[in-house]
Parts: sequence; C-alpha cells; structure tokens
Amino acid sequence: MSADAQLLDLAAGLFLLAAVAILWRRDIRAQTTWLAAQGAALAAIAVILGADQAHPELYVVAAGVGLLRAVVLPALVRRAVEARAEDRESAPLINVGASLLAAAALVLLAYTVAQPLVRLEATTAARALPVGLAVVLIGLLVLVTRRKALSQIVGFLLLDNGITAVAFLAAAGVPLLVEFGVSFDLLLAVLVLRVLAARMRAVFGGSDLDEMRELHD
Amino acid sequence: MSAPILLSLAQALLVLLGAPLLVGAMRQLRARLEGRAGAGIAQPWRDVAKLLRKVPQHPDGTGAAFRFAPLLGVACTGVAATAIPLISTRTGLGAGADLIAVVALLTLATAALALAGLDTGTAFGGMGASREMTIIALAEPAILTAVFALAAKADSTNLPAIVTAALGHGARLASPGNLLAAVALGVVVLAETGRLPVDNPATHLELTMVHEAMVLEYSGPDLALIELGAAMRLTVLLGLFSALFAPWGIATAADPAHLALGVAAFAGKTLLLGSLIAAGEVFTAKLRLFRVPELLAGSFLLAVLAVTASFFLA
Repeated sequence: MSADAQLLDLAAGLFLLAAVAILWRRDIRAQTTWLAAQGAALAAIAVILGADQAHPELYVVAAGVGLLRAVVLPALVRRAVEARAEDRESAPLINVGASLLAAAALVLLAYTVAQPLVRLEATTAARALPVGLAVVLIGLLVLVTRRKALSQIVGFLLLDNGITAVAFLAAAGVPLLVEFGVSFDLLLAVLVLRVLAARMRAVFGGSDLDEMRELHD
Repeated sequence: MSAPILLSLAQALLVLLGAPLLVGAMRQLRARLEGRAGAGIAQPWRDVAKLLRKVPQHPDGTGAAFRFAPLLGVACTGVAATAIPLISTRTGLGAGADLIAVVALLTLATAALALAGLDTGTAFGGMGASREMTIIALAEPAILTAVFALAAKADSTNLPAIVTAALGHGARLASPGNLLAAVALGVVVLAETGRLPVDNPATHLELTMVHEAMVLEYSGPDLALIELGAAMRLTVLLGLFSALFAPWGIATAADPAHLALGVAAFAGKTLLLGSLIAAGEVFTAKLRLFRVPELLAGSFLLAVLAVTASFFLA
C-alpha cells in the first residue's frame, strides 16, 4: 500500500472519528471544535486526492473547503453558542448511549449499501467511500434527534460535510464552479439559520424547537 | 528451565517491583502539578512494607471470598504479566498468551474483588461491587471488540504474534483501524484501572467511590496485596496498550543487548503513559456515575468502527 493511500485512509478515519465525537459530546462548543477538525480532514482528503490524481484545481477547492468548513462555519456556530450560556447543552431526544449504538448500526449499514459502488473501482478512494456515506447518515441522525436549533445546525453541517466527502471520494470532486456555489449556499444557510435562532430566542426565550409545534395568535 | 520461561518470570517480577514505583511517580507528578511537595516516588512501596508488618485482621462473618480475593488479584495480574510481550515477544506461555485469555484473567481479578466486597455484607462493599460490575459489563465488550480489530490484521489472537506482525509492518500502526482501536482501548484502560474520569483513585468520599468502596474492610497484609494488585493491574494494562499500539523496542531476539533495550523501552513507555494520565487527571473532573455508560458506549462504538475500518479500509 502506497503512502498516499495510507494518508487517505488516515484522513478518512479522522473524518469519521470527528462525526462520532460530535454525536458523543453534549457541549455544543466541543462539537464545533470537532466540526473544525472534520473540515480540516475533508480539506486533507481533497489535497491527497489532488496530489494522487494530478488535479491542480483540487488544491484550490481544498483551500476553499478548509477555510470555510474548518474555520468560518465552526466559528460562526461557536459565536452563536457563546452569545447565550443556556444553549450550550445539545438536549438530545434519545440518550447519548442509544444514539452511539444507532451510529454503529448506521456505519455498518453504510458499508453494506456502498459495497456495489466499491466493487466498481478498486482504488483507495472508492474503498473509503462508505466513510462519507456513514457521515451523511450520522449527520441525519444528529439532525433529527436534537432539540436545540444550534445543534441542528451542527447536524446539517455534518450532513453536508458527508455529501462533499462522497463527491470527493467517488468522482474527485464536482466541478470548481459547482463546488463554490454549494459552499456559498452553505455559508448563507448557516448565516440565515443563525439569525433565525437568534430571533427565536428573542421571541420565545429559548431555541428548543419542540416548543414550536403549535401556532399561536 | 528454558529461556522463554525465565523471560516470562522476569516480566512478572519486573511488573511486581515496578508497579508501586509507577504509581508513586504518577502521584508525585500530580502533587507537583497541583503545587504540593508530594510524598516521593517510593511512598507506595513504603506503604506496602508497613502494611505487610501488621497483624492480619478479618471482619466477623467473612468467608473464603474475602480471604482469597487479594491473593487472586495479584496472582491473576502476575500471570497476565507473564503472557503479554512486555519486554520480549519470546515469552514462555506459547499459545496460551492469548488476548482473550489475558482479558479474562484481568476480569477474574475484578470479579474476585467484587465478590469480596459483597462478602463483607456492608452497604458500601455491596454498592462498590455493583458499580464495578456495571462498569466492567460495559467495558468488556469494548475491550474485546477493540482487540478483534487488531487480531483481524494479524490473523491471530495470540499476543506475541500480533506484536511481531505490528513490528514487521511499522506503517500499519498509523492506519485508521488502529487509531480508533487505540482511543477505544485507552478509554477502557482508564475505566478498568479506576482512574479519572470514571473513578477517582484519590478520594474516599462514600458517594462517589467505586474501587475504594469494595476494599473498605481490608487492612494489614491484605490491604497491601490489594494495593499491590491495583498497581500491577495499571502497569499491565498500560504495558498491554503500549505493546499493541507502540511496540517499538520490544525484543524479538533473545540476546542481552536487545533484552536490556526491551526493559528500558517498557519502563520508558509505561512511565510516559502514566505521566500523561496523571497530568490529564489534574485537569479532569470525575464523570457522574450515570454518564459513565455513555463514555463506555462511545468507546464500544469506536471499537466497532475500528473493526469495520480494519476490514473495509485497509
């Protein structure tokens, strides 16, 4: 196995570890730290693929992805958390132990459903593809099992990191223009969600989405 | 006696003599970091020597479980120390040096101690035993699964075989499967040796203690054996961890130069890991007991991921 393949495996492992750690920690500030680590791992995956397949434009994409996902987005979420101390805990709907076991099942599911894709091509990138799928599923789990608006943003970012990783690993990334379009969309979505969460707090005094089931006049 | 058997005995003796020193060094480091003078590295040995001179005392109504638990603890850990390739891969147990057997031996020591805690019939003993069993029941699947991730790569659960294979492929150590297994096993080692954040080794506060609650009724030579057993357990588990994830320096040949290097590497790695734990404990608070299952479930998940990664990724 070449050094490139080893590095790619390592980056993919770190990517998955960060997703698990986000599920594990209750403190949203700790989750943002792991989100930053995951963004860095994603950028590393892009750089390694760029070096491996001689795609210089992947370096540009990697720089953009690294800046946005490892620095800007985690910092935005962190600032939103620090604005209000009560929102630090992520208040999961199912307890953390059960969601960790669910994540184990999801990872196995991702490996099983990705088998036909892996068999198409015997490269290291293709073999790491299930990691991206697993992170998509874990992101979805975080998104549906957390009550607070901010931890749902974390889940949304996790989901999107997973999708981007799948794109990198399966097809060495989408075209540059599309990648930047998606990144810009993501930035806007997080900014809008932040404003929305801040408004919710101002109006309802909390960002627990369970309290917003009914309409009032 | 053949050379491998002598080597195994030497390993057990090294662990027996070195374990209290390791605990002493960890306490000293923690004391210094907290701004205290500390009692010195040899204090655990002085404690053990003092306790051994005292008259044995047994509470009324206790039976064999209470009597034999300290001995069984030291004996099990000693046998585990002969099986794990701490200083050399040519240990005397051959096929018996199996990872699953080592895990079973270490669990047997814990189970014996829990029985002793129940045997005293006091509230604290029972409470400590029940807590310890809860933790062990959650830690055991994690440790075995993490071990399977490593065994799958070496095609064997034989410890010397795993370590020899890892020494042969240095780059394999940085694979994602190994890293995940290392984190999982690290958490389990903290839980099994009763360190922070699972149990606080320095406290005797009734509501929070786990290990200390079980051994509350022991005194004199029995307490000395308990302390010695706990220190040996820590040394053996740290040695197992370093042998699996950082096997550099473990002798594969039987000549004196390699063996001396093996002893030095074992002492250095164990001391380094112990210092890391001690320094980390200064900054960590004990986890609420009801949060411990969460920690161990996370460790189990990482172990499962390690197994999947070692099958699919590399």
